Amino acid sequence: MHTLEPILTEHPFLKGLNHAYIQLITGCARNVRFEPGQFLFREGEEANEFYIIRHGRVVMEIFTPERTAIPIQTVEEGEIIGWSWLIPPYHWHFDAQAVDMVRAIALDGKCLRNKCEEDHDMGYELLKRFAHIMEQRLQAARLQLLDVYHPHSGVAGPSARALKNKKR
Amino acid sequence: MLPHPFTVERVRRETHDTFTLELKGTNGIGGFSFAPGQFNMLYRFGTGEVPISISGDPERSDTLVHTIRAVGTVTESMERLKKGDIIGVRGPFGRGWPVLEARGCDVLIVAGGIGLAPLRPVMYRLLSRREQYGKIAILYGTRTPSDILYSKELEQWRSRFDLQVRVTVDRGEKDWKGHIGVVTTLIPRASFDPHEAVAMICGPEVMMRFTIRELEKRGVRRSNIHVSMERNMKCGIGFCGHCQYGPTFVCKDGPVFPYEKIEHIFRIREI
Repeated sequence: MHTLEPILTEHPFLKGLNHAYIQLITGCARNVRFEPGQFLFREGEEANEFYIIRHGRVVMEIFTPERTAIPIQTVEEGEIIGWSWLIPPYHWHFDAQAVDMVRAIALDGKCLRNKCEEDHDMGYELLKRFAHIMEQRLQAARLQLLDVYHPHSGVAGPSARALKNKKR
Repeated sequence: MLPHPFTVERVRRETHDTFTLELKGTNGIGGFSFAPGQFNMLYRFGTGEVPISISGDPERSDTLVHTIRAVGTVTESMERLKKGDIIGVRGPFGRGWPVLEARGCDVLIVAGGIGLAPLRPVMYRLLSRREQYGKIAILYGTRTPSDILYSKELEQWRSRFDLQVRVTVDRGEKDWKGHIGVVTTLIPRASFDPHEAVAMICGPEVMMRFTIRELEKRGVRRSNIHVSMERNMKCGIGFCGHCQYGPTFVCKDGPVFPYEKIEHIFRIREI
């Protein structure tokens, strides 16, 4: 029987992880597929899984009553989406919607949480890998917040700097 | 030092605040050759002079092309130019992108916002001599989908099999199906050999700083990273000192610098 173990072993997120841990993680993994427009998860729902995107794109959105859903980030093939399963109260903070047909590996967060509690070494390994993703996303979000291409952003750049000498 | 009169042949609206001027020489001024990355001082008579990168095809020396963002008195005045109007041109000035040195290498172009304009001549040059280069990737980030510059050309380039074109926006809208996120997030997705890649970056300085960090993470050598700097340029030939950047003048020694050469002053806030 084919399992997801070879795929998970080769994935950059899990690469180099102890084989026994990969086997444990494989036990919590399953293939999933989402049609365009279908939600992987929605804000407020219980966060029980995270996804390794194998094909397609997912847009993360935040809902506001004034502007309905505001897309904030795209996650693509090879990337990971979802870490709310790791942090109490285990609820999603955003919506995640398939832009096109998405194939992914879903990993059962509840199952993994239990395994991490039983084996702290494995928990630490996983947490380190998620911390890396969190750091990357945080950096990207900060840069996004700067609004660097806006002429009035106040950030030095080809156009913003010109504003200082308003003559331009 | 005196501006030559050029006639506006065409004005093209690119985005809500950005436009492109196509200019032809008058008074017998024929061809205008330049290196990708060089700039001209454009003079709107009675208003003022501004440095603007040349954004046209270096192989087409009959037409001078400038893409301009209307952000101040002079550029807003240029936005009102019409076909047949006259504008003063001094140049070309400065050091351009290392397109010759990049032969035989993979080329990674990272542009942010209006920073795509000075890099467009590089694309024209690389594509006209495509066989001389390895993989070519162009990563472009801008504010919103309606701020995307040269969208038709980007689409054409994206349809080629020998080119990677990735576009992202910082702020998407509900009907935008493209990528959302900062331009640095595109770097891990681009296919190139980091040990043999030459990177050319143009955009706001903070964007270039984050881009350099990401390129270094992928293993691109500092000596192969080139950035386009911008300071308040006046004379264009390194005499007036307005654009002094540490021990260099941006108008004469730049605007394109090997990152290695300015690395020691790149992060000094007061410069």
